[in-house]
Amino acid sequence: MSLEPATIRRIAALARLRVEDAELPVLAAELNGILGWIEQLNEVNVDGIEPLTGAAQMALKMREDVVTDGGYPDKVLANAPERAGDFYAVPKVVE
Amino acid sequence: MAGSSTAISLTDLTIAAARDGLRARHFTARELTEAHLAAIARLNPRLNAFITVTGDRALTQADAADTALSRGDFAPLTGIPLAIKDLFCTEGVRTTAGSHILSPFVPPYESTVSANLLRDGAIFVGKTNMDEFAMGSSNMTSAFGPVVNPWKRRQDADAVLVPGGSSGGSASAVSARLAMGATGTDTGGSIRQPAAFCGIVGMKPTYGRCSRWGVVAFASSLDHPGPFARTTEDCAILLGSMAGHDPKDSTSADLPVADYAAACGRGVKGMRIGVPREYRVDGMQGEIETLWQQGLAWLRDAGAEIVDISLPHTKYALPAYYIVAPAEASSNLARYDGVRFGLRENGTDLRDLYERTRAAGFGAEVRRRILIGTYVLSAGYYDAYYLRAQKVRALILRDFTDAFAQVDALVAPTAPSAAFAQGENMDDPVQMYLNDVFTGPADLAGVPAISVPAGLDANGLPLGLQVIGKPFDEATVFAVGAALERAAGFDALPQIRAGA
Amino acid sequence: MGYAIEGSTGTWEVVVGLEVHAQVISRAKLFSGAATDFGAPPNSQVSFVDAAFPGMLPVINRECVAQAVRTGLGLNAHINFVSRFDRKNYFYADLPAGYQISQYQHPIVGEGKIEIELTDGSTREIGITRLHLEQDAGKSLHDQHPSKTYVDLNRSGVALMEIVSEPDIRSPEEAGAYVRKLRTILRYLGTCDGNMEEGSMRADVNVSVRRHGEPYRTRCEVKNVNSVRFVMQAIEAEAKRQVEVWESGGTVEQETRLFEKGTTRSMRSKEDAHDYRYFPDPDLLPLVLDEAWVAELKAKLPELPDAKKRRFMHDYGLAAYDAGVLVAEQATADYFERVAKGRDAKLAANWVMGDLFAALNRAGRTIVDSPVSAAALGGLLDLMADNTISGRIAKDVFEAMVQTGDDPVAIIEAKGLRQVTDTGAIDAAVASVLAANADKVAEYQAGREKLFGFFVGQVMKAMAGKGNPALVNDALKRKLSAA
Ligand SMILES: [Mg+2]
Ligand SMILES: [Zn+2]
Repeated sequence: MSLEPATIRRIAALARLRVEDAELPVLAAELNGILGWIEQLNEVNVDGIEPLTGAAQMALKMREDVVTDGGYPDKVLANAPERAGDFYAVPKVVE
Repeated sequence: MAGSSTAISLTDLTIAAARDGLRARHFTARELTEAHLAAIARLNPRLNAFITVTGDRALTQADAADTALSRGDFAPLTGIPLAIKDLFCTEGVRTTAGSHILSPFVPPYESTVSANLLRDGAIFVGKTNMDEFAMGSSNMTSAFGPVVNPWKRRQDADAVLVPGGSSGGSASAVSARLAMGATGTDTGGSIRQPAAFCGIVGMKPTYGRCSRWGVVAFASSLDHPGPFARTTEDCAILLGSMAGHDPKDSTSADLPVADYAAACGRGVKGMRIGVPREYRVDGMQGEIETLWQQGLAWLRDAGAEIVDISLPHTKYALPAYYIVAPAEASSNLARYDGVRFGLRENGTDLRDLYERTRAAGFGAEVRRRILIGTYVLSAGYYDAYYLRAQKVRALILRDFTDAFAQVDALVAPTAPSAAFAQGENMDDPVQMYLNDVFTGPADLAGVPAISVPAGLDANGLPLGLQVIGKPFDEATVFAVGAALERAAGFDALPQIRAGA
Repeated sequence: MGYAIEGSTGTWEVVVGLEVHAQVISRAKLFSGAATDFGAPPNSQVSFVDAAFPGMLPVINRECVAQAVRTGLGLNAHINFVSRFDRKNYFYADLPAGYQISQYQHPIVGEGKIEIELTDGSTREIGITRLHLEQDAGKSLHDQHPSKTYVDLNRSGVALMEIVSEPDIRSPEEAGAYVRKLRTILRYLGTCDGNMEEGSMRADVNVSVRRHGEPYRTRCEVKNVNSVRFVMQAIEAEAKRQVEVWESGGTVEQETRLFEKGTTRSMRSKEDAHDYRYFPDPDLLPLVLDEAWVAELKAKLPELPDAKKRRFMHDYGLAAYDAGVLVAEQATADYFERVAKGRDAKLAANWVMGDLFAALNRAGRTIVDSPVSAAALGGLLDLMADNTISGRIAKDVFEAMVQTGDDPVAIIEAKGLRQVTDTGAIDAAVASVLAANADKVAEYQAGREKLFGFFVGQVMKAMAGKGNPALVNDALKRKLSAA
């Protein structure tokens, strides 16, 4: 499989990464190089193999339903590039 | 005791020796800390190993340590100056993950691993430089400039060598004696490869052994926090503090932590050591093959039985890694959007703000991996890439499980080459990725592994050997690593170091 | 024939499936220890996990899992003992991590069903496709500033159950009945308060239209509809829009729409969010349920509305409609049972559904804060049963109970409303009424028998309404025939 500029644009849009037109050829070459190399996985017979999601081989532990966190709006907002009172502020979103 | 000659020798101490010296009041924690801060002041401008130096804080911690020591109140690391990879969130101290996008970020919380070290009395001298979001094998991708390896080529002393990556700042700092030990994270080899390049010991414990809480995520299912030090015993002491169950991390293992330092003295008599034949790859430096054979001979002499072992899917580990890691990263890094923390670039609307912030905030390698990760998860490609990679991952784990039915540990080289120079391996991302060919499989399988400096190449650069063990059997990994260390008697020193 | 839309080219059937997001009742959030209370100051119930700070990790709340299991059991659904959490990736101002943790491939609850009742008395079964656990997003406020959206993350990370129905619904009425029934079940279970005004229940409505007997046509999803009435209106509006599109030769495009001011419109912000790149959340492990734990949750389930309705019909002899009304809210059912226990159940049902409901309505109250307790109403019924007061007087006593909250006995004593059963007093009153109306007596005896009611009224009036009606009747009949 080879990535067309249009595909790169589409995935860049999904990933919310601004990509300039001038970057596209270099990016396409690099990404296609990586994908071409990855393609060797097609040699592996994976019939009947259960995918492994992670290295931890255990079941999920559950915590009790107790309020133990929150209640510190200033800490939560302290790093915000823009805040309005105790809200985060962003350019207006139209739904 | 005071004075510059003392300060020089203080930075050469092991953690174990420093601990004894502190408890015996041969020197104070303040003296030990000042010696390291002086070394940082002198050498960090050359090495760029630290992004942030926390001298004042370190001295406050040192005074507290001295107070505790004077009361006879000894925690395992009381008074020991350490460096923390800038991927670990440290409360009130800027944490950047080596990225422009997090350059203004000051976490209001302390990562579990660093908190464990503080609980045990450690002193933090600063936050170490790293590849951006831990993506890299050379430390060339940091937004804060490359880190320099304190070692020099004999033949080409002008060449500036990379320390490996992504925990290159930690490895460089420990090697150059700017800190007695450091934390790192290993996702594809990011502790072991820089340890090998810098001639120190780096340990990647089992997945789940060290909490990931408060560690900026790169690839959640692959990120392993672990220690660097100049000896296996020091690494064992550090891991003993860092490890343990953390209810805040759902993937943290609720298993007892063994006495790793004690395990270092266990020896290898009667052990079965596997040699994975697939690790003999094209293009590996000849000296590395020689060193590998030497290492096996040492272990045989120490009473181990050497067994030929096959890990048939080794070759596919890296391509699988380069699907799984970018996929997870593309999702983990979505939170850097200019809204709640970090960099913001203004835009005409929210979407434009996102796109400009992320384009300006992320470097080229991070952008590449986000794009690859987004692509392999996108509609129509998930099965062909991500799902297949996870099946290959299952096969890689099975390889290890089968091998460990026959042997107690595996021994192999850590990296296919010694440290390379800045600028080398840079034109082709895949060429750079191949640095992790021997380290990636253990990350995918989550099994523990250590890199121990075992010799020098013809250029006088350190080479590492790697010991890989069974899940949660770090003790055996330390035992074998320490046996290699004793036999190798590695005592070469980097050219750039405190006291030199 | 059921509900249909008459177009210019013929009749269209409406096909509806609902995705209901129900906020789980729990103290803390699904993956963090922050509180879930409604109406807290902005960003005050936000942990670093909810704001997706670097290095933060999710840890699941056992009670949220239990609530999902209880709900699954209450929907007669299959419980999946192994389920998993996936990430749904998209960017939005109130989605801090850039992904929602949800259950895509392996939900905690599989297929189930709900029986709905329609106004014509018929019932229908609506299939449940699945129920999964997921995180709520934060809240965007678009009206606080001319050029800014403000973001409050208090809701970020609150546990939701997304309950997905089969496309079995064929009319706005059925959709309304489905949402109401689902809400009733959730409230019985105590797993969601069903409060649509506060947003603890929201519905995504999937609507398509087709000619009778056709396969399904393209559907549109109307997002975040927040009342039963709006669900019904949105279906009607969207179905009519689609009929117009098809009949004018156009094609309905699959899209996300918003219901506003009686119509639906395309949602701009969702335009390219169609590739969610779901994958298993590597921060979490498979959720494995312990069979004994699930059995324990099952054993502790309350009696659910369908079972209660059947029991009310069987044990109390109520009609299906009355039983249905009484079980719609658990508090009403409990109240009724407390009134009916050991008394005339039908009379109890009439009082609860008649006088009590009317009084609550007038006062704008619910049965939980009723001014008349079940014990007090039961006491009133007892006073009628033992002839202490008449049914007529009971109405007045009840009104006084509503006003004052006092006990009926106290009211009766204070106002001297105790019924008069003393035949001497009754005879005396009858005698004086007949004496004062000699002309009417003559007319009665001449055959105008309907004047009897007039005499009863006069006697009761003379006795301030306290005469025992049966005794007054007897006395009148005796005296009139004797005179
Ligand atoms: Mg929906
Ligand atoms: Zn949902």
